[in-house]
Amino acid sequence: MATQEVTASAVRLRATRRRWGEDVVKVVLALCALISILTTVGIVVSLFLPAIEFFRDVSLWDFLTGRTWAPLFEPSHFGVLPLVAGTILVSLCAALVCLPFGLGAAIYLSEYARSRERKILKPTLEVLAGIPTVVYGYFALTLISPLLQDLGIQEGVFSALSAALVMGVMLIPTVASLSEDAMSAVPRDLRDGAYALGSNRMQVSLRVVVPAAISGIIASFVLAISRAVGETMIVLIAAGGQPNWTFDPREAVQTMTAFIAATGQGDVPTGSLEYKTIFAVGATLFVMTLVMNLFSIRLVRKFREVYE
Amino acid sequence: MSDTIRGVLPAPQRELADPSLGEVVFDVDDLGVSYNGKPALKDVNLEIYKNFVTAFIGPSGCGKSTFIRCFNHMNALIPGAKIHGTIHYHGADLYGHEVDPVEVRKRIGMVFQKPNPFPKSIYDNAAFGPRVLGMTDDLDGRVERALEQAALWDEVKDRLKASALALSGGQQQRLCIARCLAVEPDVILMDEPASALDPIATTRIEDLMHELKNDYTIIVVTHNMQQAARVADMTAFFSVERGEEGQRTGILVEYDATPKIFTQPSDQRTEDYVTGRFG
Amino acid sequence: MSVTSLRAERPRGRVSSGLFKAFLLFSIGVGIVTLGTLLVTVVAKGYKYLDLVLLLEPPSADPQIAGARPAILATIYLGVLLIAFSVPIGVGTAVYLEEYANRDRWYNRLLEVNIQNLAAVPSIVYGILGLAFLVRGIGLGRVLLAGAMILTLVVLPTVIIAAREAIRAVPDSIRQAAYALGATKWQVVWRQVLPAATPGIATGSILALSRALGETAPLLLVGALTYVAFDPTILGDFTALPVQIFQWVARPQEDFRILAASGIIVLLLILLTLNAFAIWIRNRYQRKW
Repeated sequence: MATQEVTASAVRLRATRRRWGEDVVKVVLALCALISILTTVGIVVSLFLPAIEFFRDVSLWDFLTGRTWAPLFEPSHFGVLPLVAGTILVSLCAALVCLPFGLGAAIYLSEYARSRERKILKPTLEVLAGIPTVVYGYFALTLISPLLQDLGIQEGVFSALSAALVMGVMLIPTVASLSEDAMSAVPRDLRDGAYALGSNRMQVSLRVVVPAAISGIIASFVLAISRAVGETMIVLIAAGGQPNWTFDPREAVQTMTAFIAATGQGDVPTGSLEYKTIFAVGATLFVMTLVMNLFSIRLVRKFREVYE
Repeated sequence: MSDTIRGVLPAPQRELADPSLGEVVFDVDDLGVSYNGKPALKDVNLEIYKNFVTAFIGPSGCGKSTFIRCFNHMNALIPGAKIHGTIHYHGADLYGHEVDPVEVRKRIGMVFQKPNPFPKSIYDNAAFGPRVLGMTDDLDGRVERALEQAALWDEVKDRLKASALALSGGQQQRLCIARCLAVEPDVILMDEPASALDPIATTRIEDLMHELKNDYTIIVVTHNMQQAARVADMTAFFSVERGEEGQRTGILVEYDATPKIFTQPSDQRTEDYVTGRFG
Repeated sequence: MSVTSLRAERPRGRVSSGLFKAFLLFSIGVGIVTLGTLLVTVVAKGYKYLDLVLLLEPPSADPQIAGARPAILATIYLGVLLIAFSVPIGVGTAVYLEEYANRDRWYNRLLEVNIQNLAAVPSIVYGILGLAFLVRGIGLGRVLLAGAMILTLVVLPTVIIAAREAIRAVPDSIRQAAYALGATKWQVVWRQVLPAATPGIATGSILALSRALGETAPLLLVGALTYVAFDPTILGDFTALPVQIFQWVARPQEDFRILAASGIIVLLLILLTLNAFAIWIRNRYQRKW
C-alpha cells in the first residue's frame, strides 16, 4: 500500500536525525588508513634521525667511500663500502640466476606450456616463493656450501656464492610471476600476426612478446634485485659475518642486512656509536631499495596502462 | 488514424488518461544534468501525475536514464554529476537545502535494468530495505505483502530461505520489485525493467505495472515503443540535440497522453521516431 | 604445378629453436629440482627428531632432550595477535580507499603509492623501526607484543591489497540496489559489500599470515631471543619457530643440524596447513560474479 495521501506540507525530506554515525565511521576508517602513513613516517624517522646523529661523529664521505668497516676496533673505521660490496656481490650473483631463469620460466609458462601443464607448474613455482628464508639459509649452509667445497670452488664454510645461488633460485618465482603477467597482457593479435607470417615459437616469443611486455619484465627484474638487496636470513646464515671488501664471490662476505641483524640482536647500549651504525647502514639500505621500488612501481603502472 | 496504434497493436481498452484530472507528484522545471561540465540533458519541463504510469522513450543516449535517476538522487553517486533546475516532489524541492537522500529514496524506489538481487536469501532480499530503514515491526508480514504485490509469493513461499540467485531472470526481477515495495514507497522508478528478460517474463512485468499503478506512481524508461504503448498513460519522448562542437545533449521533445503520442504526435521528430523512420 | 615442400624449416633454425626450448625447460627445472631437493633433504634429515619431544619440550644445550615448545607456542600466539591486529586495520584501510576516498584528492593517491611502497620495503627495516620505537623508544622492551606489532606492519600492505581486490570484485549493481532502497554508505558497506567480499579477504589474510610466520629478521631485531627455555607470555621474553631454527642452524654440531631440520618440518607443516585452508576457503566460498 502506498503511504497515506502525501500532501505538500507533510513531505519532509530532511533527515529525521543527524546521521553522525556515518561521520564517525568515516573518521575511524581514515585513521586506519593513517596507520600506513605513520608507518612510513616512523621508518623514515627511526632511520634518519639516528643516522643524522651518527654523521655528526663520522664524516659522510668516510662512510660512503671508506673500505674498512671496523666499528669496534681501535681506531675505528666506518667505511661502509665492504658491506655495500657484500650486498651487491650477493645480489648480482643472485640476479645472474633468477633473471635469466625467471624469464625463461615465464616464457615457457606464457608461450609454450599447455593449460594443464600451467595449472601444475605455476603453483609449484609459487611454493618456491612461499618457503621461509631461514629454510633457504639452512639449505645453503648444509647442502650447497659443502657441495661447493667438495667441488673446490669454495674454501671456507661461508661464501657469497652459496648464499647467492640459493637466493637466486628463491627469486625465480618473483621474476617469473610478474613477467608472465606482463606477457599474458600482450594481445593475441600480435602473436597471431607473427605466426601468420611464418615465425616459429621462439621468434614470436623473443621478437614479439618480450619486447611488447618489456616494461613489466624490467619491473620484475628490478623487484627481484630489490628483494635480493633486502634479504637477510640467507646471507646471515651462509654468506659470512666479517665485512670483506672483495668482488670474488667465492669468499665470505657480510652484507648490510646481515650486519644490521647481527648488531641489532646483541645488547648494544642505546645511543652508543655502535648502536647508531645500525641506523646509518639501515638508512643506506632503505634508500637503495626505495629508489629501486619506486622505479619498479612506475614501470608496472606503465605496462598496466598500455593494455588495460 | 485507426484504433490500432500505428498498426502494431490494437489500442488497449482503458479510459483515456486525462492529465488535467491527476494530482501532480513531480513538477520538473528547466532541469538539466551535466557530467564534469559536459551537459547530458537540458531544459526538461514536465509534470508526473499520481497513480499514472509515465514512460520515457527515445533513442539511446538521449538522457532518459540520466533523467529518471534524478528523481531518487542516484546521480549523486556519480562523481562530477551536477543537477541544474528544480524538481518539486509534492511541492517540496527535491534538491533543496539539507535534503537527505535516504529520506528521498525511502519514498521513491527504483528497479534496475539487469535484475540485481543481493547474494542472500529471498527473505533477506525483501527484508533488506525495511531493516536498514528501521521498519522492523512485523517484518514477516511486510515481506509477505511485498512478495504478493510483486506476484511472486505463491512461487517462493515455501523456500524463502533459498538463495535469490537460484531464481530465474524473471523471478529475480519480480523479487527486485518486491524488495522495492517492501519499504512502502510512494513512487516506483523503473529503468528498462524488462529489457533483460524473455517475452513471457516481460509480459508479467507489464501486467504487474498495471496492477501496481493503483497504489503507486510509476515512471518507466523503455527503449521498446510497443511496451510504452501497452503500459503507459503518459509518454515523454526524448531525443538528442547536437551542439556546435558536435556534443550530444538530451532534450525533451514531446510529452502527452500515450495514444496521442503514438497516433497524433505534435512534433515531427516524435512522428519520425514512433513510425520507425529513425532511432 | 609443383608441390611446395611443407617440411619443417632449415636445420639451423631447428637447432636454435630446440636449444631455446631446452633452456626454457631448464629454467623451470631449476626451480622444481631445487624445491624437491630441499624438501627431500630436510625431511630425510629431520625425520629422526620429529617426535613429541620436539613439540613438548623446551630447548636445551643437550640436543637429545631439546624441543621447540616455547617457539611453537610463541609462533601460535604471534599468529593470533597478527590476525587480530592486521585484519581490522587492513580491511578498514581498504574500505576507506575503495568506498570513501575521493580518488582525485592528492592525499589519497599518495596513500596508495605509500602502501605499494611499504609492500616492497625489506622486512629488516621494519625490525629497525620496531627496535627504535617499541623496544627502546617507548620502552616496551623485547616482548612478544612488540614482535606481533611489528609483524603486523610487515603484513599490513599485503592484507590491504588483498582486501581491496576482494572489495573491488563486488559488482557495483549490488551497491546501487542497496543505495536505492535507502541504505546509508556504511549500511551498504557493512551489510552488502563486506559480507560478499569476506571469502576473498579471508583467503588473502591467511596467505599473508602464512608469510609472516616464516619471517625471522624483524623478530631478531625486536628481541626474539635465541634461547628461551620457558613458555612465552605476551609481555615477556619470547622466541619464535623460525628464530629457534636459526639458532639451531648456527650451531655446527650435527645433532643440532638435525634438530633444525625437524623444526623446519614443523614450520613447513604449519604453513602448508594455513595455505591449504586459505585455498579451501577460496574454492568453497568464492563467488564467480
